[in-house]
Amino acid sequence: MLLLVIPTFIVIPMSFSDSQYLEFPPEVWSLRWYTVYLESSKWMRATVTSVQVGILTMLVATPLGTMAAYALFVSGHRAARAIFAFLITPMIVPVILIAIGAFYAFGRVGLNNTITGLVLAHTVLAAPLVMIVITAALRTYDLNQERVARSLGATRVKAFFVITLPQIKFSIVTCALLSFLTSFDEVIIAIFVSGGSNATLTKHMFAALRDFIDPTIAAISTIMILVSTTLLLATQFIGKREKQD
Amino acid sequence: MYALDSVDLEVRSGEFLTLLGPSGSGKTTLLMAIAGFNRPDAGSIRFGETEMILTPPHKREVGMVFQSYALFPHMTVAENVSFPLRLRGVGAEECASRVATALETVQLSNLGDRGIDQLSGGQRQRVALARAFVFRPRILLMDEPLSALDKKLRERMQIELKHLHEQLGVTTVYVTHDQREALTMSDRIAVINDGKLAQVDTPHAIYNHPASSFVADFIGESSMLPLICESSGRLSFENHLVATDFKAEAGSEWSLVIRPERLTVVRDEAVDPDQTIVFSGVVREFVYQGETAFALMSISDKYDLSFRFGTDASSAHNEMQPGDRVSLGLNRRDVIIIPRGADL
Amino acid sequence: MSASTSGEIEPARLNQESLRVQGAREQWMLLSLAAPAVVAVVAVIVIPVGWLFYLSFIGSDGQPTLEHYQKMIEYKSYARVFVTTFEVSILTTLLCILIGYPLAYFLAMLPPRLAGFFMLAVLLPFWTSLLVRTYAWLVLLQKNGILNDFAISVGLWENPIKLVHNMTGTLIGMAHIMLPFLVLPLYGSMRKIERDMMHAAANLGASPAQTFWKVFFPLSLSGMVAGSLIVFVLCLGFYVTPAVLGGGRVVMVATQITAILENQFDWGAASALGVVLLVATLVILVVVTRLFKLDAALFGKH
Repeated sequence: MLLLVIPTFIVIPMSFSDSQYLEFPPEVWSLRWYTVYLESSKWMRATVTSVQVGILTMLVATPLGTMAAYALFVSGHRAARAIFAFLITPMIVPVILIAIGAFYAFGRVGLNNTITGLVLAHTVLAAPLVMIVITAALRTYDLNQERVARSLGATRVKAFFVITLPQIKFSIVTCALLSFLTSFDEVIIAIFVSGGSNATLTKHMFAALRDFIDPTIAAISTIMILVSTTLLLATQFIGKREKQD
Repeated sequence: MYALDSVDLEVRSGEFLTLLGPSGSGKTTLLMAIAGFNRPDAGSIRFGETEMILTPPHKREVGMVFQSYALFPHMTVAENVSFPLRLRGVGAEECASRVATALETVQLSNLGDRGIDQLSGGQRQRVALARAFVFRPRILLMDEPLSALDKKLRERMQIELKHLHEQLGVTTVYVTHDQREALTMSDRIAVINDGKLAQVDTPHAIYNHPASSFVADFIGESSMLPLICESSGRLSFENHLVATDFKAEAGSEWSLVIRPERLTVVRDEAVDPDQTIVFSGVVREFVYQGETAFALMSISDKYDLSFRFGTDASSAHNEMQPGDRVSLGLNRRDVIIIPRGADL
Repeated sequence: MSASTSGEIEPARLNQESLRVQGAREQWMLLSLAAPAVVAVVAVIVIPVGWLFYLSFIGSDGQPTLEHYQKMIEYKSYARVFVTTFEVSILTTLLCILIGYPLAYFLAMLPPRLAGFFMLAVLLPFWTSLLVRTYAWLVLLQKNGILNDFAISVGLWENPIKLVHNMTGTLIGMAHIMLPFLVLPLYGSMRKIERDMMHAAANLGASPAQTFWKVFFPLSLSGMVAGSLIVFVLCLGFYVTPAVLGGGRVVMVATQITAILENQFDWGAASALGVVLLVATLVILVVVTRLFKLDAALFGKH
């Protein structure tokens, strides 16, 4: 059990080590590598890019996925099931293939090394997740409430925004956070599609891991763990709060 | 296979009409069509003279109560009830007073600020009701609203709903599969089976003059005996002459429907055959059920009659045993005849 | 108020056309909400992958050819890549089952509140970046890393073992990363098994071992197969972890594709390999899903 968690957290104490080499336990404790990270323009620019792309992905994928999930869930049309399956395909196609495909296609239209291209690709990765979470939420939700609202005089749109949306808002927030994390942590597509001044954190980290072991990565990793943990705990916390209401 | 097949129904202004039928009979489908949540393949739904079938649900001015109540959990009781009023732009003051009146009508005054999760099942049901009539809809629709309540509460609510209907005077269409509920509450009952209307009439007429074996069977208990028409107008079961003046032609087939509580134990000598038909037989089963007792009597090789009687102390039959020879009498005025083979 | 029919038009056809049109319009408006998502998927998946598919049939001279696929059958280097990929995928899946089944069992036997808490421990690494986890293993498995230090100090072995930049390290890392993908569906299906069934079995005379093998295990199978399928398919296409932990010695399909692009810029060859990977993935998914009737579980029917 603990075995699952510990390996990841090894990185944390290591990041506080003063030595040039990866060592555990650290002999000398220092914040050296954090300073290197914060002072490096390369790393800082990459961080900004990753955060930017993450937030944009979150802002695009969440409504996109929610709309699709809702529409397909509510529609009785036979095509709905097929469309749903179609929208899940990004989870089935191997990411390496999506990465090189996007790299090639984006190259043709000049979307490589741009924020737009990356956000587009990450959105397509995150949207299925959003759809699955929202669909699950809709299943436990009494859709009759929307019907009642409509019988009482609300249009479909109004019924959705006033009645349904407030009740699935926890799921929507979870989706937003998941979308952000999916984008922020994503490696393969970023390696191919991001670059230059728009390279992501993950792209640089991967290069660093392959070529030489730079302890700055330990510092960055610690920060990334903190981000993931905080967001994950946030979703749990919001969930508990919602249930208590 | 149609959910609803050629349904032709007229609901009178201000009446309480119940759609009664077994699960899957199409009664909820019909209700949803009236509300606008189902789109029939073809037909017409008119409120008065106005064609409504193409009108979206939010413009139909119908109040609806679902089986699950579908109250909005993120709003208080008052907010739930005022919802339709706010949608129609009713001002805050008038809103508040109309909500208060509505809550008073369903006996939930002072509960306006409660959250939905703090209410009992019966209370939630009333909030759903209040919400459905507060905006003075022209039709009230209810889909098995009492089925989630326990028996005592359900029976009490049936009477309360009836009072409410009398008070509001609004045309009400009510769906249920419980025939007793239908008989208790309705001005008229529309019996539905397999997507088709079996009979539409007052509870009294439906109980005493069922149009088919399905209706006879579904409403109340019954025994059915086959009748032969030997010559025009005369119907008999085995050696019993059942009717002499009936509009039947020779050779046609009919059934005799006997309600168990209409039979009485008789002594052969004391009976006037012009008034009473007598069936003699042997008691096969006897079951004591509290306020009544139930017996199954075989009157010939093939046929049984079910017989129900009161168990008060003066009853002579409390000692009935399986194996006893008994004669049962049916008053000729309680004879119910239906066409045989009309399963609907 | 009446709901009766007029006399002029045949009742069975009254308003039929208007109703049909209205119904169709409503459906279209609903489905159009899903349109943006569909457009995005087409733009990023369908068109690019389709393009790659096309490219895989174009040779270096720009003419249609099957040479890329032919090379895969002829060259031994390709065969090695396929073998390695399947090896790693199968071994990782087995490792995951070995570790994951008992873990899921343990979680499933806990009261729900505790289970939720421990589940966090499973989910936490799941939501931590892939890179971070891979890096952590890189550090742990080094020659003078913790694992070696610890094992030597405890006396498990004498000299530091090369645990990383080889198959071993790759497998350990992959198993750790893939574990949640197995544990989650497995836990789900285990939770659904009603205690009453096990009690009934015991009541009818089954020993604990028999109850497990004859009742519990078969019922947990659907979750296990679903989880293993996900793990296996993910391993097939995996890039990051084998690339880092394998140190260049573990060449899987994804690594090969990247290498072809980086070194030779041969889009035809890379695309062909990608297509093979995709087809293999789809075939395995479809076959196993049909075989074990997982359609409902994977696609979540309404």
